[in-house]
Amino acid sequence: MNALVAPVSAFGSLWRSAPVSAKVGIVIVFLWIFIGLFAGVIAPYGETEVVGSVWQEWSAETMLGTDQLGRDLLTRIIYGARNTIFIALLTTVLSFFIGITSGFMAAALGGWTDQLLSRIVDILLSIPILIFSLMLLSVLGTSVPVLIIVLAMLDSTRVFRLARSVSMDIVVMDYVEVARLRGEKLWWIMRREILPNAVAPLIAEFGLRFCFVFLLISALSFLGLGLQPPTADWGSMVRENAGAISFGILTPLIPALAIASLTIGVNLVVDWMLHKTSGLRDEV
Amino acid sequence: MVGQRLLFGAITLLAVSIIIASSVELLPGDVATAILGQAATPETVAALRKQLGLDLPFYQRYGEWLWNFLQGDMGISLTNERPVAPQVGERFANTLLLAALAAAVAVPLSLALGILAAIYRGGWFDKLISSSTLIAISTPEFLVGYIVIAIFAVELGWFPPLATLRHDISFLERIYVMLLPCITLALVVMAHMMRLTRAAIINLLASPYIEMARLKGVGTARLIVYHALPNALSPIITVIVLNLAYLIVGVVVVEVVFVYPGLGQLLVDSVSARNLPVVQASCLIFAGTYVSLNLLADIFSALANPRLRHPR
Amino acid sequence: MKSDGTNSNARTGETILDMRNVCIEGYGEDGWKTIVEPISFQLKRGEVLGLIGESGAGKSTLGLSAMGFSRGGCRISEGEIFFDGMDLRKASETQLRDLRGARIAYVAQSAAASFNPAYRLLDQFVEAPVLHGVSNARDASQSAVRLYGEMNLPEPETIGFRYPHQVSGGQLQRAMIAMAMSCKPDLIIFDEPTTALDVTTQIQVLIAIRKAIEAANAAAIYVTHDLAVVAQMADRIMVLRHGRLVEEGEARSLLAAPKQEYTRQLLNVRTERKEPAQVDREKDMVLRVRGISARYGKGVRVLENVSVDVARGETVAVVGESGSGKSTLARVITGLLPPYEGEVAFQGEELAGSFAERSKQDLRQLQMIYQMPDVALNPRQRISEILGRPLRFYLGMNQASCRERIDELLREVELPESYAERFPYELSGGEKQRICIARALAAEPRLIICDEVTSALDQLVSEDILKLLNRLQKTLGLSYLFITHDLATVKAVADRIVVMLQGCVVEQGEKDEMLRPPHHEYTELLLSSVPEMDPDWLDRVTADRAASGRLG
Repeated sequence: MNALVAPVSAFGSLWRSAPVSAKVGIVIVFLWIFIGLFAGVIAPYGETEVVGSVWQEWSAETMLGTDQLGRDLLTRIIYGARNTIFIALLTTVLSFFIGITSGFMAAALGGWTDQLLSRIVDILLSIPILIFSLMLLSVLGTSVPVLIIVLAMLDSTRVFRLARSVSMDIVVMDYVEVARLRGEKLWWIMRREILPNAVAPLIAEFGLRFCFVFLLISALSFLGLGLQPPTADWGSMVRENAGAISFGILTPLIPALAIASLTIGVNLVVDWMLHKTSGLRDEV
Repeated sequence: MVGQRLLFGAITLLAVSIIIASSVELLPGDVATAILGQAATPETVAALRKQLGLDLPFYQRYGEWLWNFLQGDMGISLTNERPVAPQVGERFANTLLLAALAAAVAVPLSLALGILAAIYRGGWFDKLISSSTLIAISTPEFLVGYIVIAIFAVELGWFPPLATLRHDISFLERIYVMLLPCITLALVVMAHMMRLTRAAIINLLASPYIEMARLKGVGTARLIVYHALPNALSPIITVIVLNLAYLIVGVVVVEVVFVYPGLGQLLVDSVSARNLPVVQASCLIFAGTYVSLNLLADIFSALANPRLRHPR
Repeated sequence: MKSDGTNSNARTGETILDMRNVCIEGYGEDGWKTIVEPISFQLKRGEVLGLIGESGAGKSTLGLSAMGFSRGGCRISEGEIFFDGMDLRKASETQLRDLRGARIAYVAQSAAASFNPAYRLLDQFVEAPVLHGVSNARDASQSAVRLYGEMNLPEPETIGFRYPHQVSGGQLQRAMIAMAMSCKPDLIIFDEPTTALDVTTQIQVLIAIRKAIEAANAAAIYVTHDLAVVAQMADRIMVLRHGRLVEEGEARSLLAAPKQEYTRQLLNVRTERKEPAQVDREKDMVLRVRGISARYGKGVRVLENVSVDVARGETVAVVGESGSGKSTLARVITGLLPPYEGEVAFQGEELAGSFAERSKQDLRQLQMIYQMPDVALNPRQRISEILGRPLRFYLGMNQASCRERIDELLREVELPESYAERFPYELSGGEKQRICIARALAAEPRLIICDEVTSALDQLVSEDILKLLNRLQKTLGLSYLFITHDLATVKAVADRIVVMLQGCVVEQGEKDEMLRPPHHEYTELLLSSVPEMDPDWLDRVTADRAASGRLG
């Protein structure tokens, strides 16, 4: 029972200490996660089901109207939450796994390993990530696994930078020197001395990287090179309905607003976390 | 010192060109077959392989590609069988014009607003700037674009919703047509630039020598202009260039939103069509611009550092 | 010593500053909290007031409030600050600006950080006089050259054309004092102006400050944590602690007969002396360093043919100023920096150059304690984990015996056993250093290298740490290699002294022998530069050095 109560009460005290902006962020993020998880239960229609004519007005049956093929927009948004968030999350996790492992290795081993990894990353970083991914997708074609792997690889260069610099700051601390002089092995030092002190900045960075990846995938989908139809996806929905805007129909703005709301939510939470870890430095 | 940076920039560009040229090798199986898809017959595959130079070993293909590229020959487009260079050149000029216009609006405005936010830190103006930029950086470029279209083109009817360029229009008309994408790009970039400027100035104002200047009786205006700005040059240059580089990326999406005939639009079209010569040429131009901008930032911010200008 | 022009109406004895019930608050996690309790004092022209206290005493904050200024996160919440009849708390921003730099000047602790890196020294000197309309740029430049000369700066005519990074720390500090004098102020605030300097540099700056105050016939507030320094400078001393006034009085009488216990403690620091160790330097040698040379990368040598011995049960103090190579010596002995030449022998056997190649037993018996306890303890580990790891790692102890030994270790360093469950951030600086000592003891070492272990601590706290180390040495028969820049620490702990300068050993020997003349020239300079509580010390040293023609 204790195992359940402790995290709940920890969350409670965290919640009480959070400013309004962070609370708004937390609510938005949890709402979208909930919608994404239970998309099949919540959505009024099927993901690709045609329910009416093209670009219908908002009504009781189709609360946000219909899209360019007459599908229910609300349903598409709900399934879009599941697809887009899931892929962005998977990409970010993969990117962090690659980035942190290589970053810690570079910092802890130093010397040639560090030089080699850092120079490779420098060069990869010198190509804008959107351009780079466009080029790779043009060769490899667009499918979900390719998309995830390509974006994770490219994004991991940014994670590498941070993981390396964070652990570099820790490696030079006297307590790490104490452990080394004690005769501790490398893996022990990485796990017990470096990792616990690197967690806080890395978690905040995870939020930022997620936003970045999420926006990037949306941009690629918007350009027609991300998730392919008929899968519901916010970025593609903007693209498919773009024509409506010239008729004064605001349908394409709705999925775009959904994208913005999620990133704003995550950013609000990250802002608060960064503020907490940096103490009152920015306050006075 | 500058020479060393230039050399490093050249090496980076070379490495980038190798990556771009070798990306074709990433595909398991034959690229030509993959590109042709349904239309693949032994004859067409062989012809395409020859056109792409796939029958040659990589180093030779790369060498020829780079050598021709440097001389302005970027190969033949796969879709319309015309030389790539003139198409890419025209589109790149359009993109540069759009980016320059956006930068001309965004750079002075966001520097001024960012510095003001830093000076009045914690006040209502700062809070307004902080929260609106937070929202702006969380917003995808296309949302900004469509909101701008919905307001200025559809509701108010002041501007055309699409920025298609005809060949016979005058320069002023051209600017008029480009205003909406320009505003969109500027809005997107300004948010980043203001945040970074604000952070750089706040960092600087915490220095002991700023406190010392205050204690010498220096007023706020002089404090900022005479004491802070010369030291802020290096961070500010970095901020500007980072965002000019960011413009290049943002421009791709904004060009698609407004159907503006720039290099980004061409790149996206070519990626869908798997038109490899055009994709590689556009990527190399984008990456080259990006690398050169970063190099410039490096050199300028080094030159702005008194320790490097006046060695011991 | 009257100054020439503008403030000819200046009369010694006229009250220039009158602080009445000034109270200062600071912003923390629970909102505004008092950091300086209501305090009042007056300052006359020509008088120097010393504000002394340990960290957190509020002395700098109080000093700055005399300019009507408070740092970000602080505010002057109550009281009146009359400067020459004007209440600075009621004054407008413009009025305050007109005073600052012109009639009230400020000298900061770190000149290197307080000069704007983008401008030459002369530009920064001229700024205030021109801004306040005291003189034009040409006259100000001339007075700069004159003041640079008075401050004993080299090449006073041209040094102003240099940028801050082109000038050394001690010279920069004197240039800042000259800058403070540029408008012939009525009040100067010195905020720890020599704390960041080496002793031999400090004495030159002290002489410069003394000169500046006399020449201007100004009043001054001198903020410092060092009673011996303030004894040289101040006519009157106020002792502060936790934002409260402890004691106030004429400098000489306060030093001669302090009324409060706290003041007495401050006066008595640096009186700890260890009992000389009885050692057999022929047979029982723990560490033998022979002909060590070392360099970083392929660069210049930082150590040149250094030989040092440490016998069982004795303390060898390695003393030198910044850049003398004393910390590098510690890195070579611990194996962090393999030597380029020479050998290190531990208990008669040669040690491998790199720590990675040494045996677990060798690593165990040679422990180290660091300068900054804050970064020497992993902030994410509990004390029990920090102390338990060496017990498990070296001695293979199980859970139960580990617990027992941790309690024992905590008692040994005079901390309660309940601390085992705490994290480092819940401890004070002195307590953290005690944990570091306990961690070294946990390995049951023969030799402990102490690298500036007290220089980040307040004087009273560091005195206790030194006492603890001396006691532990006696009960456990430990040997110490003590690395320090502070001669007072050396006197407190050393059996033998090794003096280093620019990577070489200048002189070494028994403590008593070393502290008795005749000295090596550099040892003499070092010893004579350490401030003493005697208020006449600075005059005496100045006279001595003037006589022997060695005033830098």
